Amino acid sequence: MSWFRDFFLPMQGTAHAAAVDNLFMFIVLLNIGFFLLIAGLIVVFVARYRRKSANDRTPNITHHLGLELTWSIIPLLLCLVVFFWGFKDYMTATVAPGDALEINLTGEKWIWTFEYPDGMRSLGELYVPAGKPVKLIMQSKDVLHSFFIPNFRIKMDVLPNRYTEQWFQSNIPGEYQVQCTEYCGKGHSGMNAKIVVMSQTQYEDYLQNGPPNLRTMPLAELGALLYESRGCSTCHSLNGVKGQGPTWKGSYGNMRKMTDGRDMMMDENYIRTSILQPQAMVVSGFEGIMPTYQGLLRDREILALIEFIKKQK
Amino acid sequence: MSWLTTVDHKRIGLMYLWSVLTAFLLGGLFALALRLELLTPKEDFMTAETYNKVFTLHGAVMVFLFIIPAIPAALGNFVLPLMLGAKDVAFPRLNLASYYVYMTGAIMALTAILTGGIDTGWTFYTPYSTTTGGAVTLMTFSVFVLGFSSIFTGINFVATVHKLRAPGMGWFDLPLFVWGTYATAIIQVLATPVLAITLLLLAFERMFQIGIFDAKLGGDPVLFQHFFWFYSHPAVYIMILPGMAIISEIIPTFSKKHIFGYRAIAFSSVAIALISFIVWGHHMFTSGQSQLAAVIFSFLTFLVAIPSGIKVFNWVATMYRGSIALDTPMLYAISFLLLFTIGGLTGIFLGALSVDIHLHDTYFIVAHFHYVMMGGTVIAFLAGVHYWWPKMFGRMYNETWARIGCLLVFIGFNVTFLNQFAMGAKGMPRRYYSYLDQFQGNHIGSTVGSWILALGLFIAAGVLMASLRKKYDAPDNPWGSKTMEWETQSPPITHNFPNNPVMLHGPYDYNEPVVRREA
Repeated sequence: MSWFRDFFLPMQGTAHAAAVDNLFMFIVLLNIGFFLLIAGLIVVFVARYRRKSANDRTPNITHHLGLELTWSIIPLLLCLVVFFWGFKDYMTATVAPGDALEINLTGEKWIWTFEYPDGMRSLGELYVPAGKPVKLIMQSKDVLHSFFIPNFRIKMDVLPNRYTEQWFQSNIPGEYQVQCTEYCGKGHSGMNAKIVVMSQTQYEDYLQNGPPNLRTMPLAELGALLYESRGCSTCHSLNGVKGQGPTWKGSYGNMRKMTDGRDMMMDENYIRTSILQPQAMVVSGFEGIMPTYQGLLRDREILALIEFIKKQK
Repeated sequence: MSWLTTVDHKRIGLMYLWSVLTAFLLGGLFALALRLELLTPKEDFMTAETYNKVFTLHGAVMVFLFIIPAIPAALGNFVLPLMLGAKDVAFPRLNLASYYVYMTGAIMALTAILTGGIDTGWTFYTPYSTTTGGAVTLMTFSVFVLGFSSIFTGINFVATVHKLRAPGMGWFDLPLFVWGTYATAIIQVLATPVLAITLLLLAFERMFQIGIFDAKLGGDPVLFQHFFWFYSHPAVYIMILPGMAIISEIIPTFSKKHIFGYRAIAFSSVAIALISFIVWGHHMFTSGQSQLAAVIFSFLTFLVAIPSGIKVFNWVATMYRGSIALDTPMLYAISFLLLFTIGGLTGIFLGALSVDIHLHDTYFIVAHFHYVMMGGTVIAFLAGVHYWWPKMFGRMYNETWARIGCLLVFIGFNVTFLNQFAMGAKGMPRRYYSYLDQFQGNHIGSTVGSWILALGLFIAAGVLMASLRKKYDAPDNPWGSKTMEWETQSPPITHNFPNNPVMLHGPYDYNEPVVRREA
């Protein structure tokens, strides 16, 4: 029967997808049965009772209570079966297990951004461990979007004024397509993403070392990406303008006076310390308001930021 | 000139007929352009912005300018008073006003299209619709105005059915077309004002930034969906009930047999009209409405399925032991039965919560509502046009070519939309300008189908137009029907009947001799 299912539906990525498909196929059979019944009756009646002459006499049948009750009650009962079946699977798909891995998702024209509990973010690609429930907490920055994963048979709108949620658990490692299914303008059909389900070890490796495609990215380029995505740009300018924190332009390799009177060389060690323990040495004229990035940046990402700061001459 | 100031329901009906057919042509050309662009996943001849405008216009023109007025205002206007044995509708001048209001709305819509267009989709979902450019405000006012035309027609028909029935014609002597149109009129009067208010709020939101629907101003975009579907779901039945009503006339006539289960069909029309008001939330299972609401709406949705199912069984049962003639109207009616059955049955997938979550906003939805709206309403409309054409214009058309047209429409329609069911279930989202390569096979099939469908429709149009060049040759009652509109001449005289007709037999009494007494 699976060829029959595969004829109608995409590959199943979760146990929930299999449950949905069972109901889907049940309704397919109902559809085929009722269609054949009705089409068959029409064909038979047209063939048997074709008009022979303009003076044909027909019996005066006006109604038949038994028949009418039969074809009201049987479909009603079948509909109730379908209702309860759909309701049951909907509830399991709606209520996430308490131990689910929570990931924040932001939709905006026309990209999806994912944020992990450890503060790491990725654009258009979500990496999750196989065999563990994952809960998406979703919001939009502009208009309505909808996060649709065909292989998981789930979909939920993403709203600008309220968080919506959905969850899934895939036991099958692989790549799954995501598409936006709430019309959002010019780039609607290009608003795609990818969910990569990986084994637990691969996932831990990913958490340690970042997404595979960032591992080979040149340091300065990665640094530029992090400068925007990790909020550095809010306080540190690149054009010499003084913000909440010192500008990065021309800072590398210079001596600066600290609030405690010491002079420090702006070198690799200084930058690393300032990222992980920002209050340790604050440049004179600034307040020590920067949060620590301890645990939020991987070693290679710190190197990337240092490399990026070096380039700001 | 006398046409512009006429209060004759027959002339107003015909003016409506030409107007809605023009809208149908326009909406159809938009559809052909969309299908052509979707032949390949990349850009062919339209940019993404143009594509978004064209699919919006296809939907808006088809829904507001064509399907909603098509059967009630065009065919209903012509036929309903005749079926009741009345001289005209209850309020002839309101009837003419409704036509002028319709034309005003249509001109506003055309202006909106020519001055920037709209790219919101026919559903105008916020906050996209409150923030995008183009002529959205003018378009919402246009739909607002068109709504009043619909309300006027509805009021008129309710009053006409209550007050202008021929002597001796009780409620259960009414032809079922009248029951269906009456149920439709009730929805038109009760639901359309809600759309009017909603669109007014939307226009105010755009003009004055009030903060009703736009989250940035403190509004709630989902509220708009509730308002919109509170009208637009009943509106689905404004579209389909008159289609069902036509089928209820054609099948007994061409089976030469009493309709099976008259009261069941009549009451199911009213039941559908009432239940249709409490199922709107099934358009919003993924919208962020509460789970409880979703469950309740799913349950109610299954209830509304039953009366439609009853009707299908009744129509089929009417054919049992009949004397079935396969003239063009009957061929369209049989097409309707098959296509509407598919449209209705595929609705079961969408009523089931867990399955709908997967199918929502995919091509499966597009295919489903085209099976109901086009396979149902438009095919029934074509059936009605072919059925009453001799009465309206006094000419018979070429039967052979009309049947060929019908056959091509049936084949083309299925090729177009069965492909869309297939790709929708596989996960092809709707309103997509480009798509993943895996869906191209189905898209090609669907586009080729649209060409066959278009060919069939052009043949049907050609056959009907060609008949107009002949002299009057239609008999009073070419199909041997028992309803009253066939008892006057074709086309009818200005005041419909030479004398006041009196009802002496039911509309489906094929076993009793026709008795007509002058009052």
